[in-house]
Amino acid sequence: MSAALGHPRRWALWAGVAALCAWVLLPIYLVALGAMGGRLAVFKWPKSLSPTDASFTAMQTFLSVDGVLKALTNSLIVAGLTVAMSLILGIPAAYALARYTFAGQTPYRILVLLTRAFPLAILALPLTVSFIKLGLYDTRLGVALIHTVLALPFAVLVTQSVFMGIPREYEEAAWMLGCSRLQAFQRIVLPLAVPGIAAVAIFAFVISWNEVFAASVLTVRERTLTAYLLTVLSESPLHYRFAGGFLLIGPSVLFIFLIRKYLFSVWGVSSK
Amino acid sequence: MADIVIDKIAKSFGTQRALDEISIRVPDGEFLSLLGPSGCGKTTLLRIIAGLETESSGDVIIGGRNLRGVAPRNRGLAMVFQNYAVFPHMTVFDNIGFGLTMQKKSTDAIKRQVEKVAELLHITQYLDRYPAKLSGGQRQRVAVARALAVEPAVLLMDEPLSNLDALLRMEMRTELRSVLRAAGTTTVYVTHDQSEAMGLSDRIAVMYGGRIDQLGTPLEVYAKPATRFVGSFMGNPPMNFLTAEARNGAVSIGGMSLKSPVNDGAVEIGLRGEDTTLATSRQNAIAMLVRAVEPMGSHLLVTGTISGQPTRVVAPPATIMAAGTEIGLTVDPARLTWIDPKTGKAIH
Repeated sequence: MSAALGHPRRWALWAGVAALCAWVLLPIYLVALGAMGGRLAVFKWPKSLSPTDASFTAMQTFLSVDGVLKALTNSLIVAGLTVAMSLILGIPAAYALARYTFAGQTPYRILVLLTRAFPLAILALPLTVSFIKLGLYDTRLGVALIHTVLALPFAVLVTQSVFMGIPREYEEAAWMLGCSRLQAFQRIVLPLAVPGIAAVAIFAFVISWNEVFAASVLTVRERTLTAYLLTVLSESPLHYRFAGGFLLIGPSVLFIFLIRKYLFSVWGVSSK
Repeated sequence: MADIVIDKIAKSFGTQRALDEISIRVPDGEFLSLLGPSGCGKTTLLRIIAGLETESSGDVIIGGRNLRGVAPRNRGLAMVFQNYAVFPHMTVFDNIGFGLTMQKKSTDAIKRQVEKVAELLHITQYLDRYPAKLSGGQRQRVAVARALAVEPAVLLMDEPLSNLDALLRMEMRTELRSVLRAAGTTTVYVTHDQSEAMGLSDRIAVMYGGRIDQLGTPLEVYAKPATRFVGSFMGNPPMNFLTAEARNGAVSIGGMSLKSPVNDGAVEIGLRGEDTTLATSRQNAIAMLVRAVEPMGSHLLVTGTISGQPTRVVAPPATIMAAGTEIGLTVDPARLTWIDPKTGKAIH
């Protein structure tokens, strides 16, 4: 902190930082406490805010409940597939929109957005029917496909603007220095687009991780965690609900942390 | 090392004609500038040579090889861009070595070559840095080093100095000249700055409206402009154009009679402000009415009228001169340019 910042202003700054951190961290902490404390801690009053009586046994019991672990892996796989498919399909589309002019460009751009125009609730029945026909019903791939459809417009539009922000001259310079178009894309454009792509990856992961409607409708046995918890938790004891909530928060926070360093990759200006 | 033949290159964007059948022959090792105002087609021509733009018709032949349909990466050229285009995610070393890496040269060879050109451009101490940590001038050096590292047959430069401040530009100009002379690379250099073109080039192609108005050495282009545009674009202050009526092979301007190359009819006299001297007597001098005098340090910039037509000339810095007075100018008739007002072309 610079010394130029006066005392009252510095105080206000740190108060703001503390308030924002508490806003995010306190609920997570309380959920974690409830999840780790087991049955007794949840009903104890007054509540202790120290993690002294927390243990993993409560969480372990919850994880050993039939279906929880499977739903968790399903969720991770579906979210992973969603991230992968959103990037694999979204990046080339975004690049084409950013760099080329082609017939039907504007309609295509609108079409990309139109995928979000119809509420899933309307599409649920026809989707279920066609998924059954295609053999995609009750599969992780099927759910991941729907989640990709939800994440793709965002993926395309965000990466498109990221690509547009990368000067064309970088690519032209790479071509002049012996790169084919594909090589220039891999060696120059893609590394420079990493922060934007990381943001898209996080968004796609979170969309898939949180999505519950399509996952509930399109699966019976291959439930994702959200779909599973939705059906199970309402009839569960309170400390199980906390454990379920914690299980929902944990992986997405972890994923964001893993991706975080790519969000701010600025070369030569320290990437911490 | 290669010569360039540009043969009837034309380019249209939709209905708009950007280049109108341009032909230039650049001998091996020459430094050619394409000079002109923005929108004259100079950058388009350079990008066509580079292969970044496709010509509508015509051929580019470099070192005897016709480059029609050849991708930029297979042309054996290097290019320096206006905004440098130094890759921000690579160190200076990796930037300079990028072309060699793409050629799959050995690590040793790359290291040797990068160090060689880095030394040439005085950036050896920055090799480990990222471009974000460099100043504009240093980035420009990296861009030039990166282009020279591949030892290209032809070097293309698109206004490489225009993003630098004036002082740095002068310095880089001198340095570019000596580096490129030493390398002996055929160079095509695009600029809108006439002093840059004058200082660097073996020859200048002055372009206007998608055509080449004049192609010649800097001195030729300055002293013997082929068109009204070339005269007005080269030199500072720009050439004055005075309209006069020729009668029996002579014109009268500012009270003085001059021998005219046309016998009768309208002509324009191109008079460089730098070519006039103050007359000691009013006899045999062109009369000029002074409107304003601006001291520029090295000279005075005198604005006024000759025969009612606006004129700018320069005078020695110590001259005492007041607005509203009349002065006499003497000119060497051999340094006048005569222009046909209908075509805008010079009359010889």
